[in-house]
Amino acid sequence: MSAVTRAAGDPTVTAREPRLRALAAFYLATMRAAIQTQLQYRVANYFYMLGMVAEPVIYLVVWSSIADSSGGTVDGLTAGQLAAYYIVWTLVRNMNIVFGAPFWEFRIREGQLSGQLLRPLHPLHYDVAYFAGWKIVVIGLWIPIAIVLSALFHPDLHPTALEIAVFCVAIWGAYLVRTMFQSTIGMLNFWTTRGGAMFDLYMTLELLLSGRLVPLQLMPGWVQTLATFLPFKWTFYFPIESLVGDMSTRSLLLGLAAQALWVGIGLLLFRLAWRSAIKRFSAVGG
Amino acid sequence: MSALRLTWLYLKVGVLNDLQYRVNFLVQLVQALLQVATGLIVLKLVYSHTTELNGWSEPEMLTLLGVQILLGGVIHTFVQPNMERLMDDVQQGTLDYALTKPADSQLLVSVRQCNIWQLVEVISGVIVTGVGISRLQSSIGATDALAFAIGLATGGVLVYCFWLVITTGAFWVVRMENVLELFEGIYQTGRWPVGVYPGWMRFSVTFLVPIAFAVTVPAQALTSRLHGGTLLLSLVFAVAVFAFTRWFWHVGMRRYSGASA
Repeated sequence: MSAVTRAAGDPTVTAREPRLRALAAFYLATMRAAIQTQLQYRVANYFYMLGMVAEPVIYLVVWSSIADSSGGTVDGLTAGQLAAYYIVWTLVRNMNIVFGAPFWEFRIREGQLSGQLLRPLHPLHYDVAYFAGWKIVVIGLWIPIAIVLSALFHPDLHPTALEIAVFCVAIWGAYLVRTMFQSTIGMLNFWTTRGGAMFDLYMTLELLLSGRLVPLQLMPGWVQTLATFLPFKWTFYFPIESLVGDMSTRSLLLGLAAQALWVGIGLLLFRLAWRSAIKRFSAVGG
Repeated sequence: MSALRLTWLYLKVGVLNDLQYRVNFLVQLVQALLQVATGLIVLKLVYSHTTELNGWSEPEMLTLLGVQILLGGVIHTFVQPNMERLMDDVQQGTLDYALTKPADSQLLVSVRQCNIWQLVEVISGVIVTGVGISRLQSSIGATDALAFAIGLATGGVLVYCFWLVITTGAFWVVRMENVLELFEGIYQTGRWPVGVYPGWMRFSVTFLVPIAFAVTVPAQALTSRLHGGTLLLSLVFAVAVFAFTRWFWHVGMRRYSGASA
């Protein structure tokens, strides 16, 4: 934390320097601090990640056994393809952990926001930078998990160079899309301290419409259509499918464009919500 | 006897405390409804692709889902709040206040908190189980019901022991809050009969994390597929695990050195 505060108030970052360079320096410093902090909590991070591995493994086992009992495939997906989907899922899920709505509740309730508002940068910058740094640690910790899961479930995965490249961009796109929408929902905390039910509703919709529960092709047609017009599938289904699926170059690039579009829409919604939310904020101390 | 009286007293205080926060009831209600709805949607989705999973039909799986929600509710109401408080206390050194009381320390740390609105989850679990049973082909007899009750109680004890063993780890690894996520993740394996899982995983969720005994066994009782031997094994295992938990708790206590006071 102290490294961050120092970076924010670093005297070398003066107003004369271009604003973008200052911002880049802030991001780098925050990410570095996040990496160093999180590396110290390897055990805690692993508990968290192992808990999350249970979810896709359950889905994978259930759907593989359905595939096995109905002649090897379910809606055209083999057990190997399902394994590939859900193993890549684990990385995408980890990328999708952001400074979400419940954290905003904590931040407001504990009075931390007051201090953060005094800084020259919007708190959202800090959230994006800190969690982005954390991701670097998470990706490192994820690799052994992926190796073990691959040895256990034999994924059928043959990505091309382009697919790998798109995937590497798409996981960060997913990270940003989810950050924007989670932060927007988090603004609810300025009106109520019992937002939990709303967050759960949002998470349930996401679970069903994003490809987190099952690859979307297993869903009924109308759900797939609905999902096309919502942000959720760009945070799970698209990044996973870009690596494990057989998408054309065109739809890969269109997917990235769609992610960019949803980041923009999310940011716009967040700014609107933030403007009216911050007017309601009052705190003592913190 | 005094242990029961103490538990009852703490429970009463806890309930009175929670009853002040009535909006929490509505929040819990919405969350329970979402949980049930998600469970039902997943079941529909699975059974739109197959007629039976690992030999379990849709109504049988619904019964299992009900048992899983029911037991999850019991854990969230009585076990988890205590364990979270214990982790906090170890982290902040405030466990001293509990330890200086003239009662068994393990009992005290296990009954101090309860989250009474989570009973909504228990009720929703009972309803789902009931609906599941009513759709079953065969009716359940008195023996099945008794086996179910024993299985569920044993399962509750096993899950409590598991939680306490893990939480006792806080005496060595101070930062433990992510354990909650770990348990919630693993508990989701109980949503499906343990037979679905490959061998190594079946072993883990039976003996390392006792989800199979806690959820699958009671549900097997309701769907008339439980062998007496399995129930007996579950009982013996619960006694052994309880003894181990008690021993481990005392090892942990010796390790605790307090921080405040």
